[in-house]
Amino acid sequence: MGTLLIMIVFGLFFAAIFTGGYNNTLIQRARKTTAWDWLTSVDHKKIGVMYFMAGIFYFVVGGLEALFMRYQLLVPGNDAFVGRTFNELLTMHGTTMIFFAAMPLIFGLINVVMPLQIGARDVAFPFLNSLGFWLFFFGALLTNMGWIFGGAPDAGWTSYVQLALNEYSPGPGVDYYVLGLQIAGAGTTMSGINFLVTILNMRTKGMSLLRMPMFTWTSLITSVLIIFAMPPLTIALLLLMMDRLFGANFFDHVMGGSAVLWEHLFWIFGHPEVYIVVLPAFGIMSDIFSTFSKKKLFGYNSMVFATSLIGFLGFMVWVHHMFTVGLGPVSNSIFAIATMLIAIPTGIKVFNWLFTMWGGELTFPVAMKWAIGFIPTFVIGGMTGIMLAAPPADFQYQDSYFVVAHFHYVLIGGTVFALLAGAYYWWPKMFGKMLSERLGNWHFWLFFIGFHLTFFPQHFLGLFGMPRRVFTYEPNVGLEYINQVSTFGAILMGIGTIIFAWNMIQSFRSKKIAAADPWDGRSLEWATQTPVPFYNFAQLPEVRGVDAFWLEKQAGNKEMTPAEPLGKIHMPSGSHIPFLMSIALFVGGWGLIARSWQIGVMGLLAFGVTMFMRSFDRDHGFYVKPKELLDKEAKS
Amino acid sequence: MSRKGLWRILAVLALAMLVLAGCDSSKILPSDALNVLDPKGTAGEKSLDLIYFSIAIMLVVFAIVMAIFIYVLVKFRKREGVTLDRSKYKDHNTVLEIIWTVLPIAALVALAIPTVKYTFDLAEVPKGDDVLVVEVVGHQYWWEFKYPKQGFKTAQELHIPVGKKVHFKITGTDVLHAFWVPALGGKMDVIPGRVNELTLDAKKAGLYHGKCAELCGASHALMDFKVVAEEQADFDKWLAKMSAPPAPVVTAKEKQGEEIFNSSCIKCHAGMDPKRQGPDLTKFGNRQSIAGVLKYDEKNLKAWLKDPKSIKPGTKMEKFDFLNDQELDALTQYLMNRK
Repeated sequence: MGTLLIMIVFGLFFAAIFTGGYNNTLIQRARKTTAWDWLTSVDHKKIGVMYFMAGIFYFVVGGLEALFMRYQLLVPGNDAFVGRTFNELLTMHGTTMIFFAAMPLIFGLINVVMPLQIGARDVAFPFLNSLGFWLFFFGALLTNMGWIFGGAPDAGWTSYVQLALNEYSPGPGVDYYVLGLQIAGAGTTMSGINFLVTILNMRTKGMSLLRMPMFTWTSLITSVLIIFAMPPLTIALLLLMMDRLFGANFFDHVMGGSAVLWEHLFWIFGHPEVYIVVLPAFGIMSDIFSTFSKKKLFGYNSMVFATSLIGFLGFMVWVHHMFTVGLGPVSNSIFAIATMLIAIPTGIKVFNWLFTMWGGELTFPVAMKWAIGFIPTFVIGGMTGIMLAAPPADFQYQDSYFVVAHFHYVLIGGTVFALLAGAYYWWPKMFGKMLSERLGNWHFWLFFIGFHLTFFPQHFLGLFGMPRRVFTYEPNVGLEYINQVSTFGAILMGIGTIIFAWNMIQSFRSKKIAAADPWDGRSLEWATQTPVPFYNFAQLPEVRGVDAFWLEKQAGNKEMTPAEPLGKIHMPSGSHIPFLMSIALFVGGWGLIARSWQIGVMGLLAFGVTMFMRSFDRDHGFYVKPKELLDKEAKS
Repeated sequence: MSRKGLWRILAVLALAMLVLAGCDSSKILPSDALNVLDPKGTAGEKSLDLIYFSIAIMLVVFAIVMAIFIYVLVKFRKREGVTLDRSKYKDHNTVLEIIWTVLPIAALVALAIPTVKYTFDLAEVPKGDDVLVVEVVGHQYWWEFKYPKQGFKTAQELHIPVGKKVHFKITGTDVLHAFWVPALGGKMDVIPGRVNELTLDAKKAGLYHGKCAELCGASHALMDFKVVAEEQADFDKWLAKMSAPPAPVVTAKEKQGEEIFNSSCIKCHAGMDPKRQGPDLTKFGNRQSIAGVLKYDEKNLKAWLKDPKSIKPGTKMEKFDFLNDQELDALTQYLMNRK
């Protein structure tokens, strides 16, 4: 019956497309709404904001999942979330935080900030940008549908086979993971390509590669990593899909498949993924240290070099996630040394940040507080990282709470702190309003103290013999109090996040428009008006060195020198097709999950039709005329 | 100061704090049964050596970074009316940059040398008659231990002699697991279709806890086992006990239990037949735990038989709630007398 209903809906959908039978008045009315404006927008700033808000939403979802797990671990033998439920929570916590929180938050900031920093009016492929977002959005939605329909994925965010195969994880759970991530991953790859081309091709006059702000540099390297790291995941998910949906045997050892194959494919993607989320964090921190020290970034060239080297080495170390697989001492040693090498460029970065502040005039708004908190936290995470790189020691840490502590130090202490710093820093450019510093301070201190209370003790849980991903632990072997401290810290982090949410709401409700350059900034985004007009720059600016805007301000200029006369500006038109395309894949993917081949094929067909529509779409954008520009400038 | 000395002082300090706070020390002090920081075997000692050595190097780095960090934060915060001489501070410094590239390299080389050496040491396969070989098979959610030379197998409880190298050949039948005895040494993954090797020994007699360290399903947290390290004489006694034919069934009650066992349990628990799924129960009477997680007594055995899934979610063990109290009594008596 359900199948029939969906087929009828799809029939109508096709009929509407082929007969041109959209109801015109209805469409006209819909086009005037704000929702339509956002759904069809190809403006990099609006897409960035949507990425960012979706990221915040999933950050809260993933955080709740974490709190449920911490509640379960409050006392040994607790029975709130046991067995499969707990596995669903830990799987979705990891998957959500990495793919649906960290990634979109980063893409949000890159989308809003990077084109402004290089002096561009949009990204290279605005349509692709929108498609990337909607694919991510519906992929994330699909993955989370498991909570309501048939059970969430429960084989860990790493989804190791054979546990992830039908036999050991029956039901649709892991299918949601496979197809949801496949759809979201396609969006991620597109965004990577888009950012790379934008940075390479769309820089304004004088913005040579070695004059780009560090955040743009790290976005560039991250884009390259995305392009090389996503394909192994795509392949892995495809093979797993074949195994689960079509009875293939890539991973079933009984039929000659290999579980180790999955581990390799996953970590060839998985380790660079860590750098995908942490490199932009380094970029954000670099910009913030420089701005609030009133100094140029120390060792700019070596920073660029270190970033590239980390990106390169990031592909050479994946086996350190697999030291206990039994690949032998030779391969373990090689990958151990390769892993240790990464400490060198990372160390260069830390010292460069310290020496950026050395001799500066430090001020400490909330954004800078996150950056300050980041240094010791991230250094601890990096140090435990090197400790983990030694296989004989790793044999003890591997899959214990020590590892949990380590990667939360890197991913929260590195990525999340940076994203929150970036949120406070770029908020005025994203939303045209300021965040409250008073609430921000509460947010920072609660989250920072809560973070260390949660995760520092977990190092000891691991060393006292507690494996990770367990829903309970033995009583009276020294684990109770440490787990309780950890849970208490998690609650503090939760309260901090609530304060952040309140801060955001307050900011949206406030009527006060932020200043164009509230932090006395250094790069081009601060040379735009607030709120940023949709074309960004009426005249593209000319760049004369690193910290372009700062140089102009030092030379006594209030604005950037234009690189072009005032002329008409070509802008892309919005499009509803990316939204339709993503819905088609969403429905198709869900069809496959429900093992309804009709709906699966219909979804793919609908996707083909929308691609067809796009191919024959003759909209070449529109022009903003100089007079309109002048009017707008005068108004603001 | 020796490694152990350091650990003891820390432990005493922590204990002193706890006594002051009036807390239960067993809830914060690690247990000898599964403490990585107080190993009872060679492999664990090697791991710990490297753990402490890397911590030492890292603490030096951390101290340097923090010293600069705190100095910078104190010295260079903006002060009203004070302007710094900006020309003194450059935005790069080749000498400094070379120093902070080369020094970490030196530190890493210092760490890499013992790392590689120990990696190869731990991978060494011990030779000679003196080595005990044990085959480990991980199942959802129980452990099977085979003693090939001695020709028997057991489950959930691994007995090893003190002071002897034990060479484990580790494999699995369903999903990934990882074999981990924190107090004796590092872990090794259980990979169906592959045989992994691991060498451990125990220097001190005792009861150590084993864990599954790789997510393996609903009852991953409960896939525990026990390692009994005992002096050679005790171990030999245990071997003799395990190799001897099972105790005869004497009483009528036990006979009834045997009948129930043969009609209901044997399908999965039939001794040496490799096709059957459940643990071998031939010597069940010698166990120290039930299902690896419950204390060994009649009450727990009955609870387990009545509703195993409430104790270990996802276990393949069936419910035996159709047995009446008298039948259950007979079955438990029969099982607990299988020595």
